[in-house]
Amino acid sequence: MANTTITFREIEGKGGFYLLLAACGAVLLLGAYAYFQMEHHGHVITGMDNQIVWGMPHVIALFLIVAASGALNVASTASVFGKSIYKPLAPLSALLAMALMAGGLAVLMLDLGRSDRMIIAATHFNFKSVFALNVFLYTGFFTIVGVYLWFMMERRMNRWTKPAGVAAFIWRLTLTTGTGSVFGFLVAREAYQSALLAPLFIVLSFAYGTALFLLTLAAASALGRRPLGDAVLRRLKNLLATFVAGGLYLVVVFHLTNLYFTRNHGVEQFILLDGGIITGVFWIGQILIGSVLPLVLLLSPGVNLSRILTACVAIVIGGLAQMYVTIIGGQAWPLDLFPGYTAKSSFFDGEIHAYAPSLVETLLGLGGFAIAAVMVIIALKVLRLLPEKLDNHTLDPHHSK
Amino acid sequence: MRHRVLSLALLALAVLAMPAYAGQGVPKPLVTIEQPGECVAPPEVIRRNHMDLLKHQRDKTLRDGQRGAKTSLNACIECHASKKTGSVLGSNENFCQGCHAYVAVTLDCFECHQPKTGMVKAAGAKP
Amino acid sequence: MSESPKPEAGRRAFLGATAAATAAGLGFVALAPGVQLIRFAQAKAGMEGASSKVRWGMLIDTTRCATGCKECVAACATENAIEPSSGRPGQSSQWIRKIELKAEKTGHEISLPMMCQHCAEPPCVDVCPTGASFKRADGIVLVDRHTCIGCRYCMMACPYKARSFVHETLTEQNPEVPRGKGCVESCTLCVHRVDKGQQPACVEACNKSGHEAMLFGDLNDAAGAIAKRIATTPTSQVRADLRLDPGVRYQGI
Repeated sequence: MANTTITFREIEGKGGFYLLLAACGAVLLLGAYAYFQMEHHGHVITGMDNQIVWGMPHVIALFLIVAASGALNVASTASVFGKSIYKPLAPLSALLAMALMAGGLAVLMLDLGRSDRMIIAATHFNFKSVFALNVFLYTGFFTIVGVYLWFMMERRMNRWTKPAGVAAFIWRLTLTTGTGSVFGFLVAREAYQSALLAPLFIVLSFAYGTALFLLTLAAASALGRRPLGDAVLRRLKNLLATFVAGGLYLVVVFHLTNLYFTRNHGVEQFILLDGGIITGVFWIGQILIGSVLPLVLLLSPGVNLSRILTACVAIVIGGLAQMYVTIIGGQAWPLDLFPGYTAKSSFFDGEIHAYAPSLVETLLGLGGFAIAAVMVIIALKVLRLLPEKLDNHTLDPHHSK
Repeated sequence: MRHRVLSLALLALAVLAMPAYAGQGVPKPLVTIEQPGECVAPPEVIRRNHMDLLKHQRDKTLRDGQRGAKTSLNACIECHASKKTGSVLGSNENFCQGCHAYVAVTLDCFECHQPKTGMVKAAGAKP
Repeated sequence: MSESPKPEAGRRAFLGATAAATAAGLGFVALAPGVQLIRFAQAKAGMEGASSKVRWGMLIDTTRCATGCKECVAACATENAIEPSSGRPGQSSQWIRKIELKAEKTGHEISLPMMCQHCAEPPCVDVCPTGASFKRADGIVLVDRHTCIGCRYCMMACPYKARSFVHETLTEQNPEVPRGKGCVESCTLCVHRVDKGQQPACVEACNKSGHEAMLFGDLNDAAGAIAKRIATTPTSQVRADLRLDPGVRYQGI
């Protein structure tokens, strides 16, 4: 325990704070408008159809949800693994996790065909469905992380922070496993049906969450005029590089294994070679921008904030690309009902299914980002989330240069 | 302190009572009974419980396959549809819509169920 | 002094119990008319409901299925009042479709109808978060549109791409086949006809057109036509390796 107690303070609403809040609020309103259009007219106005049933909203929502569980990482490292250097940043980490989860969950629920039936979704559970378990896990996440955040911020409850942190950590691992299993449990589609998807999503969540946390921390530090010291940055950038490398490793193993099964050659060729947009998004978005570029930036010597933040933005782009390849690519490849035969029908059997996201569903997805952003911005202003100072001396008193 | 509590309580009472005097200008719904005869239950019972009767029956019909019950939605529609429009929806003079518009309760049934009569394919069908 | 609470407590308990009993009694009386009526209705109609003794299934003889013939598809669309979407063609519902197959190596051609296979172990039922996708006792897999929230997970999970999603408001439904915007749907094996003792519309149309490629019946009835045919002719299930035990079998593939 450090002898020096760190003062936490709300940020003042100066220097572009209200402008940023207004901008995020505007995106949120656009997302709300998009939702009402979709709810009124039905999904006929979207780019989704009976072949690509999950589209842009799900790409963004699942990215936010996976990132949410990973954003808790910094807090978990402090509470569960005892790395005290992260303790002052733990409240922001927990709040970001809740905000991202709120955004992702909102988009997921608002895209439902019958979004007026949320009470039915909350009262009728088929527990064999991993989706039903996820609904339970996602909503429980708020409670557990909320309690955890409260324990961190309420001095009298500080001694319960570690048990709450452990509970939150286990819950978030279960949640991400559940999210990966949404695809992993589907035996019907060749791009899924793999046990590897659950651990892949867990490692990816570490990367996406930490990247978004660094971006949020940098933004908060700029908004609150509290310059960030490089001790914590150095550690986080190395951690982030490890997660990105781990994710890349699992993606390589996933595809190598699939390539070994002759029956999966078709879908692998589609994703890796001749799938048009899907192939482009995979190699350029997920691999180049999402994995290789961040590794290069993060592993170069020295701590350079703009390099680190560029890497974080690249990871976010790569994350959205990965979700696009997983969700859209997995649906674009047609089901093989009759191996050895080419099929043709009025229901697009035997054809690659095309997908062009409409404006309305993209706006709905972006609205999810806006929900998270608005929540974090307001929380920074009304709660004592961040330490007064973010320099090396405050965060890491035993820092030896 | 006591004055504050009292005035707050009075204000709350006034707000809660608003529906009672706010609805005085709205005309009561015109319930036209098109077909002679009796409903499956007396009006007082039906008025309060029709949603429970329908909800109870729908699971029996759909999940258990029990057909031909008196409280089938299609039987209600066949009997109660307006002779003019052939439907239970369309204007506030229609049977279902009239009361539901008055009490401002959303009708979810007709997102999926057919509100018009005379569209049953086979003769004498009892869904 | 210490004795006085006991009679008071006893009186209170008695009053409470009486009040509760009266309330329960009144409640029962108030509900009873409606409840009793339903009971009488069921007894009079005599409809037992679906039984697990029966398992409805179909046998499709692909050698009798003609390339280019779409009678079953048209009959299904008419019976269930399925119209093309006002949006893109990919957004139109298709409960049954004709698939034209051509063997890659040999050039052999097959034509067959594909619809919900009414599996004994349906993946769509497993993944539905609210339990709206369910299997009836007699094997027919249905969507309970009262509970469906339109998440489309069942559409992702179906190995036969049998499910469709309703993308827009519908107004011309068949009263016996409720379907609506925002819910997922698929072939119901014409459950509204089967419960009346009739055949599914597609089977009837195929027989009327003279092709007689589709046979519908009770798979559990050893004396019935379909069980006898399956016992003597080679038949197969599509994607049988998934071990879902579909109720629809095909002859000639």
